[in-house]
Amino acid sequence: MIDRRSEEYRKRSALRMKKRYSADRRFRIYGQGALVFGALALCVLLISIFSNGYTAFFRTKLALDVTFDPDVLGVAASDQDRLSLEQADYYPVVNNSIYAAIPGELARSERRLAKDLISNGASIELREMVLEDPSLVGKTVRVQLTASSDLDQLHKGNAPRDVAEGLRRIKDRQLEWYDRWVQEGRVSLKFNFNFFTSGDSRDPELAGIGGAIVGSLFTLFICFILSFPVGVAAAVYLEEFAPKNKWTDLIEVNINNLAAVPSIIFGLLGLAILLNFFNLPRGTPLVGGMVLALMTLPTIIIACRASLKAVPPSIRQGALAMGASPMQVTLHHVLPLAMPGTLTGTIIGLSQALGETAPLLMIGMVAFIVDIPGGVAEPSAVLPVQIYLWAESAERGFVEKTSAAIMIILGFLVMMNLFAIYLRQRFERRW
Amino acid sequence: MKTSMKMIFALAVFAVLLTSGPAYARDQIQIVGSSTVYPFATVVAERLGAKGMFKTPVIESTGTGGGMKLFCGGIGEKYPDITNASRAMKDTEWEMCKQNGVKDIVEITIGNDGIAFASSLKSKKLNFSVEQLWKAMAAKGPKPHKWSEIDPSLPNVAIRILTPPPTSGTRDAWNALVMSKGCDAKVKAADKDSCELMREDGAVIEAGENDALLVQKLEADPSLYGIFGFSYLDGNRDKIQAASINGVDISLASIQSYEYPVSRPLFFYVKKAHIGVIPGIREYLKEFTSTSAVGDDGYLADRGLVPLEPKKLTAVRSAAANLTPMTMSK
Repeated sequence: MIDRRSEEYRKRSALRMKKRYSADRRFRIYGQGALVFGALALCVLLISIFSNGYTAFFRTKLALDVTFDPDVLGVAASDQDRLSLEQADYYPVVNNSIYAAIPGELARSERRLAKDLISNGASIELREMVLEDPSLVGKTVRVQLTASSDLDQLHKGNAPRDVAEGLRRIKDRQLEWYDRWVQEGRVSLKFNFNFFTSGDSRDPELAGIGGAIVGSLFTLFICFILSFPVGVAAAVYLEEFAPKNKWTDLIEVNINNLAAVPSIIFGLLGLAILLNFFNLPRGTPLVGGMVLALMTLPTIIIACRASLKAVPPSIRQGALAMGASPMQVTLHHVLPLAMPGTLTGTIIGLSQALGETAPLLMIGMVAFIVDIPGGVAEPSAVLPVQIYLWAESAERGFVEKTSAAIMIILGFLVMMNLFAIYLRQRFERRW
Repeated sequence: MKTSMKMIFALAVFAVLLTSGPAYARDQIQIVGSSTVYPFATVVAERLGAKGMFKTPVIESTGTGGGMKLFCGGIGEKYPDITNASRAMKDTEWEMCKQNGVKDIVEITIGNDGIAFASSLKSKKLNFSVEQLWKAMAAKGPKPHKWSEIDPSLPNVAIRILTPPPTSGTRDAWNALVMSKGCDAKVKAADKDSCELMREDGAVIEAGENDALLVQKLEADPSLYGIFGFSYLDGNRDKIQAASINGVDISLASIQSYEYPVSRPLFFYVKKAHIGVIPGIREYLKEFTSTSAVGDDGYLADRGLVPLEPKKLTAVRSAAANLTPMTMSK
């Protein structure tokens, strides 16, 4: 028999109590530690992406005095219609303008070095200027032309300049000119609108995310219009109408399993059935959206069923008591109440689909695509694919582009999730 | 809610109609194949697109073997028009093509590439012989743990080499130029094919097709060696260096003359039946074989392609203009 009032017992119980409290405290600290670790990891990730990527939103411009000499352009003074201006050769005009920015006569090898400092896209920029204002022909104007990626990286401080010449992309002679131009105020950083409006390019200074954004929107659109109605219809039938038997149990188990199937399997299915059997066009948002719809379906069905389950039976019974048919009960009362939850689930499913590359690899969407797609049946890239392709490129200038593209996809995901939260807060009802 | 549901269903029906429509007409060149040729082909494609007459060709980097499989699938819009290759077409692939009705194929040699055996700049620059490399990598070789076990002059460092996957043309070329040439005479006599087998005990590590990632791995660990194309070496001279092989340094000149032992030509293959059906193929060929692209001062040379000798280039250009179909006479 233990004497609960003895000094010995009280001491031991106080000790035990203290031990239990400290175990409790330790447990909380573990939990907080896990949170802090997670937050730190996220911070490191975001900081590294941001610090690598923010420069991609700017690009280096070089102010050059461009002479639109009709003789160099190859357009006669008399015949300056649109077509001849469009087909004129702007390349020598660009080159002449950069030679003019360097004092003294240039040797052949030096000319080449000089040309390397200006982007391949500069002649297209000039063409667009002239097409907009044909009166420029014959005049000399100071134009902000896009610098080559090498100069861009140097100006942004991403490429080292204090290593031996052989190890640098930019040579000593080019550095000399660059320093001179900086003093003359020719070099400036401008906001890179082009990054949002143009498609992929092999020249980092010209590459943009526009094509991938449009491709992602098309793909998600196809994914949504296929998976949402089918998913909701399946969920409503299973939850409200289907009899409970072995078959429906089997279907339910399979839907839950399907949600866990690796996405590449859906890609293989797309390759075998959509491309090889139905002959749908390779690498298009149409096929991509269909494959991703298969992947998103289980998520939507599960979310919709859960929100249908959450609608209290009294709503159904009330409607039935007023003489509504089962279909009316479902469509007029139960489904509208389940919609906020279903939409939240759908958005989560779609944001998963937005970040997916593996199934798209199988259906040819991981490709170099320059043109911005004009429809769902034209080949296009999507955001995560663009990130992958840029990460794989040898050119140094793509490092910042990769991080910038990651920032954009993260932005999209945050927006979609905020929308899901908004829907939930605004429309969800609790009983 | 009711009307919006109806809208959604209408959209779904529309989508189904859209997808079940008749076969579409493709007006954009589709290219697949080698990841080594990819950086060059994409530049040419972009130039073609920038001219504004045709859509920019779509290029997928599938590896040489994967590209051949897609290319030889058959004739028609759903099969690619062109495949890039970092080695010549194999007999088996030629047979596969013929079986599927792909009979007339035009072979275009675009230039040369050297395969670098590279490591971080932080490591010491070394020279290897082809035989030493075989000993270090072969499954049938002595399987040494350290470089110094092959030759005392080599460093006392564990052998760890990153190789491209077997589907890669770079790997095929490495096998042909290093593994079978450096092969031990006894092993070669017993079974020629076994020369090319690589060790699987951890000294030879299979890396992915992602050459940029390889550069990062090499930079992080000076004891690692990696195998990849000259253009990647050229673009990352401030991070990695290449060892010389059989005493020859890798350079534009040594690759062009094939003096550097691991140099190889790069190709692409065109389906003749698609020319005239898919717009722009002829112009793509013309652009790719033009002096401003593959000439000595061409824009592809800037990207690390080693140009062909002038005589060879003239022959290639005439093959591209006349669309001379290739023959397999081995």
